[in-house]
Amino acid sequence: MQPFTQHTGRVATMDRSNVDTDQIIPKQFLKRIERTGFGEFLFYDWRYHPDGTLNSDFELNQPCFRDATILVARKNFGNGSSREHAVWALDDYGIRCVIAESFADIFYNNCSKNGLLPIVLPASHVQTIHERTASGEGYELGIDLQAQSVKDKQGLTATFEIDPFRKQCLLEGLDHISLTLAHADKISQFEKTNGHWLGD
Amino acid sequence: MIANNPRTLFEKIWDQHVVHEEPGKQTILYIDLHLIHEVTSPQAFEGLRLAGRALRRPDKTVGTQDHNVPTTDRSLPILDDVARQQIDTLRNNCKEFGVKLYDLDSPNQGIVHVIGPELGLTQPGMTIVCGDSHTSTHGAFGALAFGIGTSEVEHVMATQTLAQIKPQSYEIRINGSLGRGVTSKDLILYLIGQISTAGGTGHVIEYTGQAVRELSMEERMTVCNMSIEAGARAGMIAPDQTTFDYIRGREFGPADFAAAVERWKTLPSDPDATYDRVDIFEADDIAPQITWGTNPGQVTSINSTVPNPEDFADPTERQSAANALKYMDLSAGTPMTNVLIDRVFIGSCTNSRIEDLRVAADMVRGRTISDRVSAMVVPGSGIIKQQAEAEGLDRIFLDAGFEWREAGCSMCLGMNPDQLKPGERCASTSNRNFEGRQGRGSRTHLVSPEMAAAAAIAGHFVDVRDWD
Repeated sequence: MQPFTQHTGRVATMDRSNVDTDQIIPKQFLKRIERTGFGEFLFYDWRYHPDGTLNSDFELNQPCFRDATILVARKNFGNGSSREHAVWALDDYGIRCVIAESFADIFYNNCSKNGLLPIVLPASHVQTIHERTASGEGYELGIDLQAQSVKDKQGLTATFEIDPFRKQCLLEGLDHISLTLAHADKISQFEKTNGHWLGD
Repeated sequence: MIANNPRTLFEKIWDQHVVHEEPGKQTILYIDLHLIHEVTSPQAFEGLRLAGRALRRPDKTVGTQDHNVPTTDRSLPILDDVARQQIDTLRNNCKEFGVKLYDLDSPNQGIVHVIGPELGLTQPGMTIVCGDSHTSTHGAFGALAFGIGTSEVEHVMATQTLAQIKPQSYEIRINGSLGRGVTSKDLILYLIGQISTAGGTGHVIEYTGQAVRELSMEERMTVCNMSIEAGARAGMIAPDQTTFDYIRGREFGPADFAAAVERWKTLPSDPDATYDRVDIFEADDIAPQITWGTNPGQVTSINSTVPNPEDFADPTERQSAANALKYMDLSAGTPMTNVLIDRVFIGSCTNSRIEDLRVAADMVRGRTISDRVSAMVVPGSGIIKQQAEAEGLDRIFLDAGFEWREAGCSMCLGMNPDQLKPGERCASTSNRNFEGRQGRGSRTHLVSPEMAAAAAIAGHFVDVRDWD
């Protein structure tokens, strides 16, 4: 997994709550058996008109958001389906971090398995970021995972919570499966001891 | 001693499955049953191959093809090359890794959350995962069941465990009995409307109370299925005689059934157990429900009207409601029963079981669907299709003008050719009314099978309590 330590980048805002995974990556793109190449399909039905031309009204199509690497929404981002393709699409598009007031559980989990940092900030900070992004082009945030902080050049300093294990895995880009397999003896022991319950 | 403290159903299953825990780390939890399907597994299998890892317990892994399969004549080739490759890939992967697969030609093929219970694979006290958010369905049996992403699918394949943070517990109690014409679908839609689509985030819901105890297994599955639409990690219902009666005699039920029942009887929450959060509702307050917006929390009673966005206090909710009405082409104040429909879909892991088909058939028996409507029934599994045909339900639907299809997820998510056209409005028994869910520009109203069947006949939504 790609590590996440620090990142400074342009912000794109989506002034929406409940952005669901069906919007992030519509179902017609879930037939692919690869893990890569989903970026061009990110937010497809919002990003493009039915005839395939760019929908200039959609947030990410604004010229000022073209180079954004940090996406900021509102509440309950990523609700709906468990499709990890949503995270692969954001990652492939170039998003390194999503900031919202809250996330759906499975999406949040999927992010941290792919080196993409989901950050929960209080509504007041999210509002500040939305306002500052709207008031001037090229608004940037600096994110430091070790310090658990989000800062801008205008004095915003916010801290965020993250579970220590998830943080360590992201900082070091650790492979979750290898970490668990370090306890393979315990898994075998569990299977021996609990066989009667497990129906073995 | 933790065992002496009063514990909830969820806590008992969690404790039973802890393989390893240490401070500052996530708990490694054993997984008893891993269900897989064609859409979220190929990258996981590829991950195993790239890392040179084995699939640890093929005997605890079961696959089926459901999301992406045609529901028309299965003897014909699949025309979509990309879809066919995905289906072939699951077939090849299951063969390579020794996983039992209910393939397109199997009589047991069907929606993964329908066939698990149907085969007796789903049992009380188990931990069950699948790369699909509606895995919460299996919680109806008093199992801890939740959806996972593809990275976690690979993790379970390699280790038969998951590293998890323990969720909070959340009791939702429903006092009293559901009224006539009010189904378990209405119950769960009502609850989502009350607590919102993020109301259960970070929690495992246990549904309790008289209204829940009175539900059949099929009805309980409908409730637990849509726990994810309430944002919950999982939904559960304590096992009881209804549960045991359902499992008895099924193919993969326990060898020593009596001993299993004795174990299962220890699972329900202890009388003094406490939950992190409790909400109590009254069954009397619940009317048949219908969604008007573009998320399942945007829902109202059938005898109500399309809400006015200005009535929402929260500015984000107000904007969301205004966007939804624009997308749905609805005007505030319109009675829900005046809304005309073009299509009806009876199916999905929420409402495609034999009981669902029976009640829908009862509504349409001897009637014909409206000229303005095209309607389809997609049974949840090959077994349900067979059973329905043995009971003559297929004839009732066909005579009324419905299409009668092969089993699969179908128009719930429209990955296969079963999709709405732009602007079409559908009465759907499925679980999500997101923008474009059933096809780009499609307009979905989530309802019970009874409400969908009645709407097919009338050409508009009707209050099934007025149906004779």
